[in-house]
Amino acid sequence: MNFNLTDQQEMIRKVLKDFTEREVEPIAAEIDETCEFPVENLKKMAAADIMGIPFPQKYGGAGADTLSYAIAVEELSYACATHGVILSAHTSLGADPIAKYGTEEQKQKYLVPLANGEKLGAFGLTEPNAGTDAASQKTTAVLDGDEYVINGNKIFITNAGFADIFIIMAMTDKSQGTRGISAFIIEKDTEGFTLGKKEVKMGINASDTRELIFKNCRIPKENLLAKEGYGFKIAMGTLDGGRIGIAAQALGIAQRALDESVQYAKEREQFGRPIGKFQAIQFKIAEMATKVEAARNLVYKAALKKDSGESFSTEAAMAKYFASDISVDVAREAIQILGGYGYMKEYPVERLMRDAKITEIYEGTTEVQKMVIGSSFLR
Amino acid sequence: MNIIVCIKQVPNTNEVKIDPKKGTLIREGVPSIINPEDKHGLEEAIRLKEKVGGKITVLTMGPPQAKVALKEALAMGADEAILVSDRAFAGSDTLATSYVLSKAIEKIGAFDIIFCGRQAIDGDTAQVGPQIAENLGISQVTYATKFEMNGDLIEVRRALEDGYSVVETKLPVLVTVLDKINKPRYPSIKGVVNAFSKSEIKVLSAADLSLDEERLGLDGSPTKVKKTFVPTHEKMGEILDGTPEEKVSKLINILKDVKIV
Repeated sequence: MNFNLTDQQEMIRKVLKDFTEREVEPIAAEIDETCEFPVENLKKMAAADIMGIPFPQKYGGAGADTLSYAIAVEELSYACATHGVILSAHTSLGADPIAKYGTEEQKQKYLVPLANGEKLGAFGLTEPNAGTDAASQKTTAVLDGDEYVINGNKIFITNAGFADIFIIMAMTDKSQGTRGISAFIIEKDTEGFTLGKKEVKMGINASDTRELIFKNCRIPKENLLAKEGYGFKIAMGTLDGGRIGIAAQALGIAQRALDESVQYAKEREQFGRPIGKFQAIQFKIAEMATKVEAARNLVYKAALKKDSGESFSTEAAMAKYFASDISVDVAREAIQILGGYGYMKEYPVERLMRDAKITEIYEGTTEVQKMVIGSSFLR
Repeated sequence: MNIIVCIKQVPNTNEVKIDPKKGTLIREGVPSIINPEDKHGLEEAIRLKEKVGGKITVLTMGPPQAKVALKEALAMGADEAILVSDRAFAGSDTLATSYVLSKAIEKIGAFDIIFCGRQAIDGDTAQVGPQIAENLGISQVTYATKFEMNGDLIEVRRALEDGYSVVETKLPVLVTVLDKINKPRYPSIKGVVNAFSKSEIKVLSAADLSLDEERLGLDGSPTKVKKTFVPTHEKMGEILDGTPEEKVSKLINILKDVKIV
């Protein structure tokens, strides 16, 4: 068993580290404050083929693997979790369903511009009364001639204000429950499709999260993804992949919290020596470092499993559950190690804790991950 | 347009520490990078290719590990990569290095422009570029901060200590660049994938080049390192206190002591 990255994966990490250090780190604290979506950096990411890492080159992607994509989310999140989630939602939720379920025409029309970064993707499943209970979808799609007519609301949609292409779940047959859900590709600026105001959040402040409102929004019937009734399956499969992205985001946040703690523990002196010499701090660092390492192994393994073609649903759920859990822990402990300084906005660790919390919630809460894992063992 | 870019793989000196006893660099665990100014040379080559077309060959001399630097150069946009590597080259100073690189360039054959970084961050000599030009008997323009191609001529702005000069010259030419000249692009992820999956790095050994053995490695290197040491900053400044009059008279006494006044 080989735990080393390939030379190619190592170089992709190096490129991302370099990019993050020079382009992301300098604006991370600022956009947390201003809540400004990093439009310029997305252009730079597109130029470096970061927006389509796991997709084939013939569809505008970089032709790399899922692990390289996870590493990219991890490295971006190390500096700024907002950049991490933008990439994760775009790649795993916006583009991947088209790559996996789209027709050749749909891939040419939608996957190519998403993968080459010309356009930004988003995904809409959640509704005010349909969170974890996805079967309670109220959004409907009714076929009328050559068009589907969409009505309903989606909430908390990542990238919403800047996305061009949305994957939207809607009920085509209510009587069928989850089997009555279908997935559609909807372009921004389609008549009848409007956006709500940008949500004000606890963390990942610069990420653009909004409500999507559909009022008699007519889309061509060719924009149905796969077949009617396949929506739930597509959504669940898509979220499995998305969980690797969010787990990688959590991992990046946790690694940063650990590194900030180590650096501070070496520099900060109390009672005549660096606080890292005290066992209370050493033990904290030991626990944090071990948790980060364990999370990394789970996340990378889930990514490798996805590319192997086998079912990776359990591994992805484990990776997300564990990485998000330890991310919150490690970020909280980082603040504790930095003490009063950790609570101040001058240092990045308070932001890490605010950003880490969402990783336990979106793309399936920790409780949902446990349901997925538990049921896979108790089948 | 055939463009050659010479690069060097160097330890990232931002992360290098110096062994205070031996006076040598502690290289263990220090990541290797493409010498920063060489990256600017490659970026200038890529921009030129984007304008006028052509082919970029990136060349380095070093141990087999230097392939990583070449892969990165391919990922940035070079078309072909050549590693010149042989145990016989170990211990080369700038003279021996530039000799081998010149021979490798002769082997590559037709070229119009050679870009080099001004100097490498591990040695700061700034000699290899100019020496290559001398060996090949071509023009050289060093310390470039701006580069333009006008027909058959190039126009280069050269940095001087107190300003700049503009030089126009014909091809073929060797240009060494400063970091001010451009901002190197990030290697694209697609470029990285292709560098590993599609591109081969060509390796040339001493036997592949017609070389004079006496000019290789330690034997061919007249530079002898006498001693390396970490500069110490023991001399402390002195702050004079008192009223302005007292300070002035103290200062005059000090200057008299050292016989300046």
